Amino acid sequence: MGTNLNPNNEQRKTGMQVLKELKEEHKKSDSGLGRAHFNNRVALGVLWGATGVTIGLLAIILIYVSYHGLSVVLQDFPRFIFTWPEGVNAEGGIWPTIIATLYSTGLAMGIATPIAVLAAVYLAEYAKQGKIVKTIRFAADSLASVPSIVMGLFGLAFFVETLGIPLSMLAASLGLSLLMLPIIMRATEEAIRAVPRYIRWGSYGMGATKWQTVSRVVIPTATPRIITGLILALARAIGETAVVFLTMGIAINLPIVPTDSGRSMSVHLYLMAVEGINLPSAYGTAFLLLLIILILNLSARWISKRYSRIEGA
Amino acid sequence: MSAHETKYSTVLQTDPLTTSYYVRNLEFWYGDFNALTNISLDVMPSAVTAFIGPSGCGKSTFLRCMNRMNDLIPDTQVGGKMLLKGADIYGSGVDPVDLRRRVGMIFQQPNPFPQSIYDNVAYGPRLQGVKKKRDLDDIVEDSLKRANLWKEVKDILDKNGLAISGGQQQRLCIARVLAVQPEVLLMDEPCSAIDPTSVQKIEDLMAEIKDEVTIIIVTHNMQQAARVSDYTSFFLQEVAGEPAVLVESGKTSDIFTAPIDKRTEDYITGRFG
Repeated sequence: MGTNLNPNNEQRKTGMQVLKELKEEHKKSDSGLGRAHFNNRVALGVLWGATGVTIGLLAIILIYVSYHGLSVVLQDFPRFIFTWPEGVNAEGGIWPTIIATLYSTGLAMGIATPIAVLAAVYLAEYAKQGKIVKTIRFAADSLASVPSIVMGLFGLAFFVETLGIPLSMLAASLGLSLLMLPIIMRATEEAIRAVPRYIRWGSYGMGATKWQTVSRVVIPTATPRIITGLILALARAIGETAVVFLTMGIAINLPIVPTDSGRSMSVHLYLMAVEGINLPSAYGTAFLLLLIILILNLSARWISKRYSRIEGA
Repeated sequence: MSAHETKYSTVLQTDPLTTSYYVRNLEFWYGDFNALTNISLDVMPSAVTAFIGPSGCGKSTFLRCMNRMNDLIPDTQVGGKMLLKGADIYGSGVDPVDLRRRVGMIFQQPNPFPQSIYDNVAYGPRLQGVKKKRDLDDIVEDSLKRANLWKEVKDILDKNGLAISGGQQQRLCIARVLAVQPEVLLMDEPCSAIDPTSVQKIEDLMAEIKDEVTIIIVTHNMQQAARVSDYTSFFLQEVAGEPAVLVESGKTSDIFTAPIDKRTEDYITGRFG
Protein backbone atom coordinates (compact mmCIF):
# COMPACT_ATOMS: atom_id res chain seq x y z
CA MET A 1 0.00 0.00 0.00
CA GLY A 2 1.73 3.10 -1.19
CA THR A 3 1.37 6.06 -3.43
CA ASN A 4 2.64 4.09 -6.41
CA LEU A 5 -0.36 1.79 -6.15
CA ASN A 6 -2.62 4.78 -6.24
CA PRO A 7 -1.09 7.13 -8.80
CA ASN A 8 -4.25 9.17 -9.19
CA ASN A 9 -4.44 9.80 -5.52
CA GLU A 10 -0.94 11.04 -4.88
CA GLN A 11 -2.33 14.25 -3.48
CA ARG A 12 -4.80 12.44 -1.20
CA LYS A 13 -4.80 13.80 2.33
CA THR A 14 -4.96 11.55 5.33
CA GLY A 15 -7.90 11.89 7.69
CA MET A 16 -5.69 13.49 10.28
CA GLN A 17 -4.55 16.13 7.81
CA VAL A 18 -8.15 16.96 6.89
CA LEU A 19 -9.06 17.31 10.54
CA LYS A 20 -6.07 19.56 11.16
CA GLU A 21 -6.97 21.85 8.30
CA LEU A 22 -10.57 22.07 9.44
CA LYS A 23 -9.43 23.01 12.90
CA GLU A 24 -7.21 25.74 11.51
CA GLU A 25 -10.09 27.04 9.44
CA HIS A 26 -12.23 27.14 12.55
CA LYS A 27 -9.52 29.08 14.30
CA LYS A 28 -9.36 31.68 11.54
CA SER A 29 -13.06 32.38 11.64
CA ASP A 30 -15.32 30.89 14.26
CA SER A 31 -17.93 30.38 11.58
CA GLY A 32 -17.53 26.57 11.69
CA LEU A 33 -17.93 26.09 15.40
CA GLY A 34 -20.44 28.87 15.50
CA ARG A 35 -22.54 27.04 12.97
CA ALA A 36 -22.37 23.87 15.03
CA HIS A 37 -23.60 25.74 18.09
CA PHE A 38 -26.34 27.32 16.04
CA ASN A 39 -27.42 23.94 14.68
CA ASN A 40 -27.45 22.55 18.18
CA ARG A 41 -29.77 25.28 19.34
CA VAL A 42 -32.07 24.82 16.35
CA ALA A 43 -32.30 21.09 16.94
CA LEU A 44 -33.09 21.62 20.60
CA GLY A 45 -35.71 24.17 19.65
CA VAL A 46 -37.40 21.82 17.19
CA LEU A 47 -37.46 18.98 19.73
CA TRP A 48 -38.85 21.31 22.36
CA GLY A 49 -41.49 22.52 19.94
CA ALA A 50 -42.62 19.01 19.02
CA THR A 51 -42.86 18.01 22.68
CA GLY A 52 -44.71 21.21 23.48
CA VAL A 53 -47.29 20.61 20.75
CA THR A 54 -47.98 17.10 22.09
CA ILE A 55 -48.43 18.17 25.68
CA GLY A 56 -50.22 21.34 24.65
CA LEU A 57 -52.80 19.48 22.60
CA LEU A 58 -53.59 17.16 25.47
CA ALA A 59 -53.89 20.12 27.81
CA ILE A 60 -56.17 21.99 25.39
CA ILE A 61 -58.48 18.99 25.01
CA LEU A 62 -58.67 18.46 28.76
CA ILE A 63 -59.22 22.14 29.50
CA TYR A 64 -61.75 22.55 26.70
CA VAL A 65 -63.82 19.54 27.74
CA SER A 66 -63.57 20.41 31.42
CA TYR A 67 -64.50 24.05 30.75
CA HIS A 68 -67.67 23.05 28.93
CA GLY A 69 -68.44 19.86 30.81
CA LEU A 70 -67.62 20.60 34.43
CA SER A 71 -70.27 23.31 34.75
CA VAL A 72 -72.90 20.90 33.38
CA VAL A 73 -71.92 18.21 35.87
CA LEU A 74 -71.70 20.62 38.80
CA GLN A 75 -75.02 22.28 38.05
CA ASP A 76 -77.40 20.95 40.73
CA PHE A 77 -74.66 18.45 41.61
CA PRO A 78 -75.01 15.46 41.56
CA ARG A 79 -78.27 15.59 39.58
CA PHE A 80 -76.55 15.16 36.17
CA ILE A 81 -74.92 11.93 37.27
CA PHE A 82 -77.78 10.31 39.16
CA THR A 83 -80.98 11.19 37.32
CA TRP A 84 -82.63 9.97 34.14
CA PRO A 85 -82.74 11.88 30.87
CA GLU A 86 -85.90 13.92 30.34
CA GLY A 87 -87.89 15.18 27.36
CA VAL A 88 -86.49 13.79 24.12
CA ASN A 89 -83.71 12.25 26.18
CA ALA A 90 -81.68 15.40 25.70
CA GLU A 91 -82.35 17.06 29.04
CA GLY A 92 -81.77 15.85 32.55
CA GLY A 93 -79.16 13.40 33.76
CA ILE A 94 -77.35 10.43 32.22
CA TRP A 95 -77.57 7.81 34.98
CA PRO A 96 -78.79 4.87 32.81
CA THR A 97 -76.00 5.45 30.28
CA ILE A 98 -73.35 5.32 33.01
CA ILE A 99 -74.78 2.03 34.25
CA ALA A 100 -75.02 0.63 30.69
CA THR A 101 -71.39 1.56 30.07
CA LEU A 102 -70.08 -0.01 33.28
CA TYR A 103 -72.34 -3.05 32.84
CA SER A 104 -71.20 -3.84 29.31
CA THR A 105 -67.50 -3.19 29.88
CA GLY A 106 -67.54 -5.16 33.13
CA LEU A 107 -69.21 -8.09 31.43
CA ALA A 108 -66.80 -7.81 28.49
CA MET A 109 -63.88 -7.99 30.89
CA GLY A 110 -65.39 -11.05 32.53
CA ILE A 111 -65.62 -12.75 29.14
CA ALA A 112 -62.26 -11.68 27.71
CA THR A 113 -60.02 -12.04 30.77
CA PRO A 114 -60.09 -15.82 31.36
CA ILE A 115 -59.72 -16.61 27.67
CA ALA A 116 -56.94 -14.09 27.11
CA VAL A 117 -55.02 -15.01 30.25
CA LEU A 118 -55.19 -18.75 29.63
CA ALA A 119 -54.15 -18.30 26.00
CA ALA A 120 -51.24 -16.14 27.12
CA VAL A 121 -50.14 -18.72 29.71
CA TYR A 122 -50.15 -21.35 27.03
CA LEU A 123 -48.20 -19.18 24.60
CA ALA A 124 -45.61 -18.05 27.13
CA GLU A 125 -45.10 -21.23 29.11
CA TYR A 126 -46.16 -24.28 27.15
CA ALA A 127 -46.16 -23.65 23.41
CA LYS A 128 -42.99 -24.59 21.59
CA GLN A 129 -41.50 -21.25 20.56
CA GLY A 130 -41.39 -21.09 16.79
CA LYS A 131 -43.37 -20.33 13.70
CA ILE A 132 -46.80 -21.17 15.11
CA VAL A 133 -46.37 -19.01 18.21
CA LYS A 134 -45.11 -16.15 16.06
CA THR A 135 -48.14 -16.53 13.81
CA ILE A 136 -50.51 -16.48 16.78
CA ARG A 137 -48.81 -13.36 18.11
CA PHE A 138 -49.07 -11.70 14.72
CA ALA A 139 -52.76 -12.63 14.58
CA ALA A 140 -53.34 -11.10 18.01
CA ASP A 141 -51.59 -7.90 17.00
CA SER A 142 -53.63 -7.77 13.81
CA LEU A 143 -56.83 -8.34 15.77
CA ALA A 144 -55.88 -5.41 17.98
CA SER A 145 -55.59 -3.14 14.96
CA VAL A 146 -58.91 -4.04 13.30
CA PRO A 147 -60.94 -0.78 13.08
CA SER A 148 -63.60 -0.84 15.78
CA ILE A 149 -66.39 -0.06 13.31
CA VAL A 150 -65.47 -3.27 11.47
CA MET A 151 -65.53 -5.13 14.77
CA GLY A 152 -68.95 -3.60 15.43
CA LEU A 153 -70.20 -4.74 12.07
CA PHE A 154 -68.94 -8.23 12.75
CA GLY A 155 -70.58 -8.18 16.18
CA LEU A 156 -73.87 -7.15 14.61
CA ALA A 157 -73.65 -9.75 11.85
CA PHE A 158 -72.43 -12.63 14.02
CA PHE A 159 -73.73 -12.19 17.57
CA VAL A 160 -76.98 -10.42 16.71
CA GLU A 161 -78.01 -11.63 13.24
CA THR A 162 -76.50 -15.13 13.23
CA LEU A 163 -76.65 -16.18 16.89
CA GLY A 164 -79.87 -14.29 17.48
CA ILE A 165 -78.73 -12.41 20.59
CA PRO A 166 -80.82 -9.24 20.86
CA LEU A 167 -79.20 -5.79 20.81
CA SER A 168 -78.17 -5.87 24.44
CA MET A 169 -75.47 -5.71 27.12
CA LEU A 170 -74.53 -9.27 26.22
CA ALA A 171 -74.11 -8.60 22.49
CA ALA A 172 -72.16 -5.43 23.22
CA SER A 173 -69.88 -7.09 25.74
CA LEU A 174 -69.16 -9.93 23.33
CA GLY A 175 -68.18 -7.32 20.73
CA LEU A 176 -66.10 -5.39 23.25
CA SER A 177 -64.37 -8.55 24.43
CA LEU A 178 -63.07 -8.99 20.87
CA LEU A 179 -61.34 -5.63 21.27
CA MET A 180 -59.98 -6.42 24.72
CA LEU A 181 -58.83 -9.95 23.99
CA PRO A 182 -55.58 -9.15 22.14
CA ILE A 183 -54.65 -6.32 24.52
CA ILE A 184 -55.04 -8.50 27.61
CA MET A 185 -53.35 -11.45 25.94
CA ARG A 186 -50.22 -9.56 24.94
CA ALA A 187 -50.00 -7.78 28.29
CA THR A 188 -50.31 -11.11 30.13
CA GLU A 189 -47.72 -12.74 27.92
CA GLU A 190 -45.25 -9.93 28.56
CA ALA A 191 -46.00 -10.10 32.28
CA ILE A 192 -45.33 -13.84 32.41
CA ARG A 193 -42.14 -13.53 30.42
CA ALA A 194 -40.96 -10.84 32.83
CA VAL A 195 -41.00 -13.28 35.77
CA PRO A 196 -37.29 -13.98 36.36
CA ARG A 197 -35.94 -17.42 35.57
CA TYR A 198 -34.35 -17.82 38.99
CA ILE A 199 -37.74 -17.47 40.71
CA ARG A 200 -39.04 -20.38 38.62
CA TRP A 201 -35.90 -22.32 39.49
CA GLY A 202 -36.66 -21.81 43.16
CA SER A 203 -39.94 -23.61 42.61
CA TYR A 204 -38.62 -26.37 40.35
CA GLY A 205 -35.72 -26.85 42.76
CA MET A 206 -38.20 -27.87 45.44
CA GLY A 207 -39.87 -30.54 43.39
CA ALA A 208 -42.75 -28.53 41.97
CA THR A 209 -44.24 -29.65 38.68
CA LYS A 210 -44.56 -27.26 35.78
CA TRP A 211 -48.22 -26.56 36.45
CA GLN A 212 -47.59 -26.03 40.16
CA THR A 213 -44.81 -23.60 39.30
CA VAL A 214 -46.94 -21.76 36.76
CA SER A 215 -50.09 -21.58 38.84
CA ARG A 216 -48.59 -20.92 42.28
CA VAL A 217 -45.51 -18.86 41.51
CA VAL A 218 -45.41 -17.50 37.97
CA ILE A 219 -48.98 -16.22 37.65
CA PRO A 220 -49.16 -14.69 41.16
CA THR A 221 -45.83 -12.98 40.48
CA ALA A 222 -47.10 -11.65 37.17
CA THR A 223 -50.51 -10.62 38.51
CA PRO A 224 -49.83 -6.91 39.13
CA ARG A 225 -48.67 -6.48 35.55
CA ILE A 226 -51.58 -8.52 34.26
CA ILE A 227 -53.95 -6.23 36.18
CA THR A 228 -52.26 -3.21 34.63
CA GLY A 229 -52.96 -4.70 31.20
CA LEU A 230 -56.56 -5.42 32.20
CA ILE A 231 -57.15 -1.85 33.26
CA LEU A 232 -55.67 -0.46 30.06
CA ALA A 233 -57.93 -2.77 28.04
CA LEU A 234 -60.87 -1.62 30.17
CA ALA A 235 -60.06 2.02 29.50
CA ARG A 236 -59.98 1.23 25.80
CA ALA A 237 -63.39 -0.49 25.93
CA ILE A 238 -65.13 2.05 28.09
CA GLY A 239 -64.79 4.82 25.54
CA GLU A 240 -65.55 2.56 22.60
CA THR A 241 -68.45 3.87 20.49
CA ALA A 242 -68.73 2.05 17.18
CA VAL A 243 -69.03 -1.46 18.60
CA VAL A 244 -71.62 -0.61 21.24
CA PHE A 245 -73.56 1.60 18.85
CA LEU A 246 -74.09 -1.39 16.57
CA THR A 247 -74.60 -4.09 19.21
CA MET A 248 -76.21 -2.47 22.26
CA GLY A 249 -78.79 -0.26 20.66
CA ILE A 250 -79.55 3.35 21.54
CA ALA A 251 -82.63 3.13 23.74
CA ILE A 252 -82.36 4.73 27.14
CA ASN A 253 -82.80 1.85 29.55
CA LEU A 254 -81.44 0.79 32.91
CA PRO A 255 -80.06 -2.70 32.22
CA ILE A 256 -80.77 -5.44 34.74
CA VAL A 257 -80.22 -8.76 32.92
CA PRO A 258 -77.58 -9.21 30.19
CA THR A 259 -80.17 -9.34 27.44
CA ASP A 260 -81.44 -5.84 28.29
CA SER A 261 -80.63 -3.18 25.77
CA GLY A 262 -79.40 0.29 26.61
CA ARG A 263 -77.38 3.29 25.55
CA SER A 264 -73.76 3.73 26.56
CA MET A 265 -72.19 7.06 27.54
CA SER A 266 -70.16 7.22 24.35
CA VAL A 267 -73.22 6.59 22.18
CA HIS A 268 -75.21 9.13 24.18
CA LEU A 269 -72.42 11.64 23.63
CA TYR A 270 -72.40 10.87 19.92
CA LEU A 271 -76.16 11.29 19.56
CA MET A 272 -76.21 14.53 21.56
CA ALA A 273 -73.41 15.93 19.45
CA VAL A 274 -74.42 14.72 16.02
CA GLU A 275 -78.01 15.81 16.38
CA GLY A 276 -76.95 19.03 18.05
CA ILE A 277 -79.87 18.80 20.46
CA ASN A 278 -78.01 19.45 23.64
CA LEU A 279 -74.33 20.14 23.28
CA PRO A 280 -73.75 20.99 26.98
CA SER A 281 -75.09 17.56 27.91
CA ALA A 282 -72.61 16.02 25.44
CA TYR A 283 -69.77 17.91 27.11
CA GLY A 284 -70.94 16.81 30.54
CA THR A 285 -70.95 13.19 29.37
CA ALA A 286 -67.53 13.60 27.74
CA PHE A 287 -66.15 15.05 30.95
CA LEU A 288 -67.40 12.12 33.02
CA LEU A 289 -66.07 9.64 30.46
CA LEU A 290 -62.62 11.26 30.54
CA LEU A 291 -62.74 11.24 34.32
CA ILE A 292 -63.45 7.48 34.45
CA ILE A 293 -60.65 6.73 31.97
CA LEU A 294 -58.25 8.99 33.85
CA ILE A 295 -59.02 7.18 37.09
CA LEU A 296 -58.47 3.82 35.39
CA ASN A 297 -55.13 4.92 33.91
CA LEU A 298 -53.96 6.33 37.22
CA SER A 299 -54.84 3.13 39.07
CA ALA A 300 -52.94 1.12 36.44
CA ARG A 301 -49.90 3.32 37.06
CA TRP A 302 -50.33 3.03 40.80
CA ILE A 303 -50.46 -0.76 40.68
CA SER A 304 -47.39 -1.09 38.47
CA LYS A 305 -45.48 1.40 40.64
CA ARG A 306 -46.35 -0.40 43.81
CA TYR A 307 -45.22 -3.61 42.18
CA SER A 308 -41.85 -2.26 41.08
CA ARG A 309 -41.26 -0.93 44.58
CA ILE A 310 -41.79 -4.37 46.10
CA GLU A 311 -39.54 -5.91 43.50
CA GLY A 312 -36.80 -3.35 43.97
CA ALA A 313 -36.79 -3.72 47.76
CA MET B 1 -6.58 -36.56 24.38
CA SER B 2 -4.65 -38.11 27.20
CA ALA B 3 -6.81 -39.71 29.83
CA HIS B 4 -7.03 -37.59 32.91
CA GLU B 5 -6.49 -39.18 36.26
CA THR B 6 -8.11 -37.75 39.36
CA LYS B 7 -6.06 -37.86 42.57
CA TYR B 8 -7.88 -39.10 45.67
CA SER B 9 -6.63 -38.63 49.21
CA THR B 10 -9.42 -40.94 50.40
CA VAL B 11 -10.14 -44.26 48.75
CA LEU B 12 -13.22 -44.38 46.54
CA GLN B 13 -15.97 -46.50 48.06
CA THR B 14 -16.89 -49.79 46.50
CA ASP B 15 -20.36 -49.98 48.02
CA PRO B 16 -22.64 -47.19 46.75
CA LEU B 17 -24.84 -47.57 49.83
CA THR B 18 -22.13 -46.17 52.08
CA THR B 19 -22.27 -42.91 50.11
CA SER B 20 -24.85 -40.24 49.58
CA TYR B 21 -23.87 -39.67 45.95
CA TYR B 22 -21.85 -42.28 44.08
CA VAL B 23 -20.58 -40.79 40.83
CA ARG B 24 -18.56 -42.75 38.29
CA ASN B 25 -17.22 -41.55 34.92
CA LEU B 26 -19.78 -38.81 34.54
CA GLU B 27 -19.85 -36.88 31.27
CA PHE B 28 -21.89 -33.78 30.49
CA TRP B 29 -22.63 -32.01 27.21
CA TYR B 30 -24.17 -28.65 26.34
CA GLY B 31 -25.08 -29.44 22.74
CA ASP B 32 -21.79 -30.52 21.12
CA PHE B 33 -19.66 -29.09 23.90
CA ASN B 34 -18.37 -31.70 26.32
CA ALA B 35 -18.39 -29.60 29.51
CA LEU B 36 -17.42 -32.26 32.06
CA THR B 37 -15.51 -35.47 31.51
CA ASN B 38 -14.74 -38.56 33.51
CA ILE B 39 -15.89 -37.28 36.90
CA SER B 40 -15.79 -39.91 39.63
CA LEU B 41 -16.33 -39.06 43.25
CA ASP B 42 -18.17 -40.00 46.43
CA VAL B 43 -20.24 -37.60 48.45
CA MET B 44 -20.34 -38.80 52.03
CA PRO B 45 -23.58 -38.58 54.03
CA SER B 46 -23.94 -36.38 57.11
CA ALA B 47 -21.07 -34.18 56.02
CA VAL B 48 -20.39 -30.99 54.11
CA THR B 49 -18.66 -31.36 50.75
CA ALA B 50 -17.22 -28.30 49.01
CA PHE B 51 -16.72 -27.99 45.26
CA ILE B 52 -14.00 -25.49 44.47
CA GLY B 53 -12.33 -24.26 41.31
CA PRO B 54 -11.99 -21.18 39.11
CA SER B 55 -15.02 -19.65 37.34
CA GLY B 56 -16.27 -21.71 34.43
CA CYS B 57 -14.72 -24.95 35.68
CA GLY B 58 -18.04 -26.79 35.58
CA LYS B 59 -18.64 -27.13 39.31
CA SER B 60 -22.06 -25.49 39.11
CA THR B 61 -22.90 -27.60 36.07
CA PHE B 62 -21.96 -30.69 38.03
CA LEU B 63 -24.07 -29.51 40.98
CA ARG B 64 -27.07 -29.10 38.69
CA CYS B 65 -26.59 -32.67 37.48
CA MET B 66 -27.19 -33.81 41.05
CA ASN B 67 -30.87 -32.77 41.12
CA ARG B 68 -31.36 -32.86 37.34
CA MET B 69 -31.80 -29.11 37.19
CA ASN B 70 -29.93 -29.27 33.88
CA ASP B 71 -32.98 -31.04 32.45
CA LEU B 72 -34.55 -27.58 32.29
CA ILE B 73 -31.82 -26.37 29.93
CA PRO B 74 -32.56 -27.50 26.38
CA ASP B 75 -30.12 -29.69 24.44
CA THR B 76 -28.06 -31.05 27.34
CA GLN B 77 -26.92 -34.63 27.81
CA VAL B 78 -25.52 -36.71 30.64
CA GLY B 79 -23.43 -39.88 30.52
CA GLY B 80 -21.89 -42.13 33.14
CA LYS B 81 -23.26 -43.13 36.48
CA MET B 82 -24.75 -41.02 39.26
CA LEU B 83 -26.39 -42.87 42.14
CA LEU B 84 -28.20 -41.32 45.08
CA LYS B 85 -28.33 -43.76 48.01
CA GLY B 86 -27.59 -46.52 45.53
CA ALA B 87 -30.33 -45.63 43.04
CA ASP B 88 -29.55 -44.28 39.57
CA ILE B 89 -31.04 -40.78 39.39
CA TYR B 90 -30.88 -40.87 35.58
CA GLY B 91 -32.51 -44.29 35.43
CA SER B 92 -35.66 -44.79 33.42
CA GLY B 93 -38.75 -44.21 35.49
CA VAL B 94 -37.09 -41.62 37.73
CA ASP B 95 -39.20 -38.46 37.85
CA PRO B 96 -36.96 -35.41 38.29
CA VAL B 97 -39.80 -33.77 40.22
CA ASP B 98 -39.62 -36.53 42.87
CA LEU B 99 -35.84 -36.31 42.89
CA ARG B 100 -35.91 -32.56 43.57
CA ARG B 101 -38.13 -33.13 46.60
CA ARG B 102 -35.30 -35.19 48.06
CA VAL B 103 -32.53 -32.91 46.87
CA GLY B 104 -33.11 -29.22 47.64
CA MET B 105 -31.21 -26.41 46.01
CA ILE B 106 -30.08 -22.93 47.03
CA PHE B 107 -28.96 -20.48 44.34
CA GLN B 108 -26.42 -17.70 44.23
CA GLN B 109 -29.16 -15.10 43.83
CA PRO B 110 -31.65 -15.25 46.73
CA ASN B 111 -34.94 -16.04 45.01
CA PRO B 112 -37.87 -15.79 47.42
CA PHE B 113 -41.27 -15.72 45.77
CA PRO B 114 -42.97 -12.32 45.91
CA GLN B 115 -45.31 -13.64 48.61
CA SER B 116 -45.34 -13.44 52.38
CA ILE B 117 -42.50 -14.96 54.40
CA TYR B 118 -44.96 -17.52 55.76
CA ASP B 119 -46.22 -18.51 52.31
CA ASN B 120 -42.66 -18.86 51.05
CA VAL B 121 -41.81 -21.42 53.69
CA ALA B 122 -45.21 -23.14 53.46
CA TYR B 123 -44.86 -23.47 49.67
CA GLY B 124 -43.22 -26.89 49.61
CA PRO B 125 -45.34 -28.53 52.35
CA ARG B 126 -48.49 -27.23 50.62
CA LEU B 127 -47.32 -28.74 47.33
CA GLN B 128 -47.09 -32.05 49.12
CA GLY B 129 -50.57 -31.73 50.50
CA VAL B 130 -50.13 -30.37 54.04
CA LYS B 131 -53.31 -28.37 54.60
CA LYS B 132 -53.96 -27.89 58.31
CA LYS B 133 -52.97 -24.45 59.54
CA ARG B 134 -51.52 -25.86 62.75
CA ASP B 135 -49.26 -28.31 60.91
CA LEU B 136 -48.11 -25.57 58.55
CA ASP B 137 -47.46 -23.22 61.47
CA ASP B 138 -45.24 -25.86 63.07
CA ILE B 139 -43.31 -26.52 59.88
CA VAL B 140 -42.81 -22.82 59.17
CA GLU B 141 -41.53 -22.09 62.67
CA ASP B 142 -39.30 -25.13 62.77
CA SER B 143 -37.81 -24.45 59.33
CA LEU B 144 -37.17 -20.78 60.05
CA LYS B 145 -35.49 -21.75 63.32
CA ARG B 146 -33.21 -24.23 61.55
CA ALA B 147 -32.35 -21.54 59.00
CA ASN B 148 -31.35 -19.15 61.81
CA LEU B 149 -33.97 -16.65 60.73
CA TRP B 150 -36.86 -17.16 63.16
CA LYS B 151 -35.85 -14.50 65.68
CA GLU B 152 -35.62 -11.84 62.98
CA VAL B 153 -38.93 -12.55 61.25
CA LYS B 154 -41.26 -14.14 63.80
CA ASP B 155 -43.27 -10.91 64.09
CA ILE B 156 -43.34 -10.10 60.39
CA LEU B 157 -44.37 -13.42 58.86
CA ASP B 158 -46.99 -11.59 56.76
CA LYS B 159 -44.40 -9.30 55.21
CA ASN B 160 -43.37 -9.84 51.60
CA GLY B 161 -40.34 -12.11 51.26
CA LEU B 162 -38.71 -9.53 49.01
CA ALA B 163 -38.96 -6.81 51.64
CA ILE B 164 -36.21 -8.22 53.88
CA SER B 165 -32.44 -7.90 53.37
CA GLY B 166 -30.57 -10.02 50.84
CA GLY B 167 -28.94 -12.13 53.56
CA GLN B 168 -32.30 -12.70 55.24
CA GLN B 169 -33.79 -13.58 51.86
CA GLN B 170 -31.13 -16.23 51.36
CA ARG B 171 -31.86 -17.74 54.77
CA LEU B 172 -35.57 -17.61 53.89
CA CYS B 173 -34.78 -19.65 50.79
CA ILE B 174 -32.89 -22.13 52.95
CA ALA B 175 -35.89 -22.37 55.30
CA ARG B 176 -38.14 -22.88 52.28
CA VAL B 177 -36.04 -25.82 51.16
CA LEU B 178 -35.65 -27.29 54.65
CA ALA B 179 -39.45 -27.24 55.02
CA VAL B 180 -39.71 -30.21 52.65
CA GLN B 181 -37.11 -32.17 54.64
CA PRO B 182 -34.66 -32.92 51.85
CA GLU B 183 -32.00 -35.59 52.23
CA VAL B 184 -29.46 -33.46 50.39
CA LEU B 185 -29.00 -29.71 50.18
CA LEU B 186 -27.19 -28.33 47.14
CA MET B 187 -25.86 -24.79 47.57
CA ASP B 188 -24.58 -22.93 44.53
CA GLU B 189 -22.37 -20.10 45.82
CA PRO B 190 -24.99 -19.21 48.43
CA CYS B 191 -22.90 -16.57 50.16
CA SER B 192 -21.42 -14.60 47.30
CA ALA B 193 -24.15 -11.95 47.19
CA ILE B 194 -24.94 -11.32 50.86
CA ASP B 195 -23.75 -9.54 54.00
CA PRO B 196 -21.11 -11.01 56.37
CA THR B 197 -23.51 -11.41 59.30
CA SER B 198 -25.79 -13.59 57.23
CA VAL B 199 -22.80 -15.52 55.86
CA GLN B 200 -21.85 -16.30 59.46
CA LYS B 201 -25.39 -17.44 60.25
CA ILE B 202 -25.52 -19.63 57.15
CA GLU B 203 -22.19 -21.26 57.99
CA ASP B 204 -23.45 -21.88 61.53
CA LEU B 205 -26.65 -23.49 60.34
CA MET B 206 -24.73 -25.71 57.93
CA ALA B 207 -22.78 -27.12 60.84
CA GLU B 208 -26.01 -27.56 62.82
CA ILE B 209 -28.00 -29.43 60.18
CA LYS B 210 -25.34 -31.48 58.44
CA ASP B 211 -26.04 -34.56 60.57
CA GLU B 212 -29.53 -34.79 59.10
CA VAL B 213 -28.94 -33.26 55.66
CA THR B 214 -25.99 -33.99 53.41
CA ILE B 215 -24.69 -30.63 52.20
CA ILE B 216 -22.84 -29.88 48.99
CA ILE B 217 -21.64 -26.32 48.52
CA VAL B 218 -20.05 -24.67 45.51
CA THR B 219 -17.88 -21.79 46.62
CA HIS B 220 -15.25 -19.41 45.28
CA ASN B 221 -14.12 -18.60 48.75
CA MET B 222 -11.19 -20.82 49.85
CA GLN B 223 -11.50 -19.77 53.49
CA GLN B 224 -15.17 -20.69 53.46
CA ALA B 225 -14.44 -24.10 51.94
CA ALA B 226 -11.78 -24.73 54.56
CA ARG B 227 -14.05 -23.54 57.40
CA VAL B 228 -17.30 -25.31 56.60
CA SER B 229 -16.49 -28.47 54.70
CA ASP B 230 -15.36 -31.96 55.65
CA TYR B 231 -14.58 -32.99 52.08
CA THR B 232 -13.39 -30.95 49.12
CA SER B 233 -13.35 -31.58 45.38
CA PHE B 234 -11.28 -29.40 43.06
CA PHE B 235 -12.56 -28.92 39.49
CA LEU B 236 -10.54 -27.38 36.69
CA GLN B 237 -10.92 -26.59 33.03
CA GLU B 238 -7.33 -26.19 31.89
CA VAL B 239 -7.92 -25.26 28.25
CA ALA B 240 -10.90 -23.23 27.06
CA GLY B 241 -13.11 -25.40 24.86
CA GLU B 242 -11.87 -28.61 26.47
CA PRO B 243 -13.97 -30.39 29.06
CA ALA B 244 -13.43 -29.68 32.74
CA VAL B 245 -12.07 -32.43 34.96
CA LEU B 246 -11.97 -33.31 38.63
CA VAL B 247 -8.36 -32.74 39.62
CA GLU B 248 -8.40 -33.84 43.21
CA SER B 249 -10.88 -34.98 45.81
CA GLY B 250 -10.61 -35.95 49.44
CA LYS B 251 -10.75 -34.78 53.03
CA THR B 252 -10.68 -30.99 53.32
CA SER B 253 -7.87 -31.19 55.85
CA ASP B 254 -5.74 -33.17 53.37
CA ILE B 255 -6.53 -30.98 50.38
CA PHE B 256 -5.65 -27.79 52.21
CA THR B 257 -2.57 -29.03 54.04
CA ALA B 258 -1.12 -31.69 51.77
CA PRO B 259 -2.52 -31.45 48.25
CA ILE B 260 -1.35 -34.28 46.00
CA ASP B 261 -1.65 -32.42 42.69
CA LYS B 262 0.51 -29.39 41.94
CA ARG B 263 -2.48 -27.61 40.36
CA THR B 264 -4.52 -28.02 43.54
CA GLU B 265 -1.72 -26.47 45.53
CA ASP B 266 -1.42 -23.59 43.06
CA TYR B 267 -5.15 -22.91 43.25
CA ILE B 268 -5.58 -23.00 47.02
CA THR B 269 -2.51 -20.86 47.56
CA GLY B 270 -4.03 -18.34 45.17
CA ARG B 271 -1.59 -18.65 42.32
CA PHE B 272 -4.41 -18.69 39.75
CA GLY B 273 -8.16 -18.44 39.46
